[in-house]
Amino acid sequence: MTDGSLAALVALGAFHGVNPAMGWLFAVARGFQERSRSLVLQSLPAIAAGHAASVGAVAILIALTRSVVATQALAIGGGAVLVGFGLWRLLSRRHFRWVGMRISLPQLAGWSFLMSSAHGAGLMLLPVLTSSGTAPAGHDHGLAASSGSAVSTGVFVTAVHTLSMFAVAGAIALVVYEIVGLTVLRRAWFNLDRLWAAALITAGTLTLLTAF
Amino acid sequence: MALWTPDPTFYASPRDAASAPAEKLAYVAAFDRAAEKPDAIAVLDVDPDSASYGSVVGWTDLPFLGDELHHFGWNACSSALCPGSPHPHVERRYLIVPGLRSSRVYVIDTKDDPAAPKIVKVLEPDELAKRAGYSRPHTVHCGPEGLYLTALGGANGEDGPGGIALLDHASFDVLGRWEVDRGPQYFAYDAWWHIAHDVLVTSEWGTPSMVEDGVVAELLLGRKYGHSLNFFDLRKRKHVQTVDLGDEHQMVLELRPAHDPTKLYGFAGVVVNVEDLSASVWLWHRDGDSWAAQKVITIPAEPADASSLPPVIQPFGAVPPLVTDIDLSVDDQWLYVSCWGTGELKRYNVSDPFNPVEAGSVRIGGIVNRAPHPTAPDQPLAGGPQMVEISRDGKRVYITNSLYGSWDDQFFPDGVGAWMAKLDSTPDTFTFDERFFPHGDAFRGLRPHQTRLQGGDASSDSYCYP
Repeated sequence: MTDGSLAALVALGAFHGVNPAMGWLFAVARGFQERSRSLVLQSLPAIAAGHAASVGAVAILIALTRSVVATQALAIGGGAVLVGFGLWRLLSRRHFRWVGMRISLPQLAGWSFLMSSAHGAGLMLLPVLTSSGTAPAGHDHGLAASSGSAVSTGVFVTAVHTLSMFAVAGAIALVVYEIVGLTVLRRAWFNLDRLWAAALITAGTLTLLTAF
Repeated sequence: MALWTPDPTFYASPRDAASAPAEKLAYVAAFDRAAEKPDAIAVLDVDPDSASYGSVVGWTDLPFLGDELHHFGWNACSSALCPGSPHPHVERRYLIVPGLRSSRVYVIDTKDDPAAPKIVKVLEPDELAKRAGYSRPHTVHCGPEGLYLTALGGANGEDGPGGIALLDHASFDVLGRWEVDRGPQYFAYDAWWHIAHDVLVTSEWGTPSMVEDGVVAELLLGRKYGHSLNFFDLRKRKHVQTVDLGDEHQMVLELRPAHDPTKLYGFAGVVVNVEDLSASVWLWHRDGDSWAAQKVITIPAEPADASSLPPVIQPFGAVPPLVTDIDLSVDDQWLYVSCWGTGELKRYNVSDPFNPVEAGSVRIGGIVNRAPHPTAPDQPLAGGPQMVEISRDGKRVYITNSLYGSWDDQFFPDGVGAWMAKLDSTPDTFTFDERFFPHGDAFRGLRPHQTRLQGGDASSDSYCYP
C-alpha cells in the first residue's frame, strides 16, 4: 500500500464522515432528544461499526476477487459497476427509510450499514483497492495463503478508512452538539448527494482508466 | 431539481422556526357549494407593506366541478431534516390539494409564480381507490418516507374504514394503504405524529354516508359518530391503543401534537357533547406505559331563543359552541380554539398543558350573535371562526368562516357567506387587524376553508430536533 493510497483512504473516510446522512446527524439528534452528550458518544461507535461492516464487505470481496482474477478484469468490471451506481445515485430521488427515531444501538449500527451500502460507500474505495501497488504478496504460495493475505488487506483498508470516518464524524457531532447547534444545518448542509454521486462516477472512471 | 443547500423554509427545531420571516402570501382553499363554478385556490396578499394587503391577488381555478376543497398541505417540510432518512435538498413548492367530495387530488406548483400557482398533476379518484382502498381524502402531512393523506371513507363500494394513504414524495403517485394493522380503528379524520417517538395519532369523524348530506340527528343522538383517539406505531404502521373519550363526546377532529419533539402530549378538539351541547378540548399524554387523555377545556352551550335557531338545533334551545378547529402555536405556548356555532375564537395559554388558562377571546359571526368585523360594524356576519392558522412566529392568526358545504347549510340556512379575518396576537393583546377583512365578492361566491401560509405555518411542519 503506497502513501498515496493511504492518503486517499483517509480522505475518503473524512468525506464519508462529513456527510450528515452517514450518521453524525443521527448521533446528534439522539443526544438532543435526551439532552445527553453520552448518548452522542455512545451512538458514534455503533454508526462507525455499521459503516465498517459495509465498507469491509466490499473491500474483502474486492481483495479476494483480485487474488484469483486478473487485476485488469477486476478494474474494468468494478469500474463499470461503480460508474453505473454513481449515475443511479445521481438520478434517483428515492428516500430510504429503514428505521424510526427510537432505536437501540445495534439497530443504529444496522441503519448505518444499510445507509453506507445504499450509498455505495465501500465501492468508492475501488480505485484504491485495485491500484494499491502490486497484488497482495504471497500469491504464488497457493490460494489459501493469498486469501488470507487478501482478507488482511481488506481489514487494513477498512480500519484506516473507518478510523478516519469515525474521527471526522465524531468531531463534527460534538462541535454541533456542544457549540454551534443545528441552526448551522440550514446554511452548511450542502447537497453532498450530488457530490457523492460525482465521486462514485469519478472513482469508477479512474479505475477504468488505470485498467488500460 | 434538487437544491445545493436545504430549502430555506426548513427548520431543524421549532425554536428556529419561530424566528422565520413573516409570510407574504397565504393560500386559501375555496369551493363552490352549488358545484356550478370550479373550486379554486385563492392567493391572499398578507404583506402589510403591500398596496394590495388583505385582498385576493391570485386564483388557481380547478379544471373540474364539485371537488369541495377542504384541507391541503405542502409536499415537503422541516421533517426532511430528520436524521434517519434526510432529504433536505427537496423544495417546498407543491401544494397537495384533495377534493373532499370528489376524491380527486391536485398537485399545484407555487414556485414559478407564487401568486398564480399552476396545476401540474391530477390524481383521479380511482387511483386512490385501487391502490389504497380509500376515498374522500382530507389531511395531508409531509412525512418521513412519503406524504401521508388521511381519507374519510373506503372505496370500491365500501363506506369505510377510512384511513391513511401513502403518496410518493417525488412523483405523488399513490403508493398504497399506510396501515399494516389498523386494529379496531374504523373512522378517520385527522392524523399527525410525535415524529421523534415513532408515534402516529388519528382522530374520528364519520364515514361519507354519515357526513356528506349534513349531520344526521339520529346518528348524533345515538352517539354513532367517532369519539376516540387512535395511537399507531409510526414505523411498524400498527395500531397500538384506542383511547375512548366517552361516546357522549361526538366527533373528535383536529389533532395538535406538541411541536417540541421531546414532548409527548397534544390537544384534540371535540365538536359536541350530546348530553349538554358543550364542546371540549382534550390533552393526550403518556400515563405510565400507555396513552391517556383528559378533558382540559370545556366550553358550554349558550342559551338562545328557539325561534332564532335553525331547525337542526331548534329542539335544544341553545347554541352549541361547535369546536371545529384548534391550532397550537409553534412554541407550544398558545392554543386557539374555534367556536364555529357561537362565533367566538378563544385563546388559551397552554404553557402548562394540563391547565390551560383562557387569555383572550374575540367574537365574529355565530348562529345567533352574527357579530360583525370591526372594519364593517354594521354588517352582521354568518358562519363563524372555523379553520385557524397561525404564523410560525405566532404573531398572526388567520381564520376563515366555512365548515363544510352541507353543514354550513344546516347551521346557517340563510347563507353562510364568505369571509376571512386576521388577528394580531402578542402575550398581552389579541385583536382583529382592521386592515385585513376580505369578504363577500372578494371570494367570487366561493366559501373559504383551510389557509396555508407561504413557507409553512403552525400546522404544516414537524421537527426532529428540540
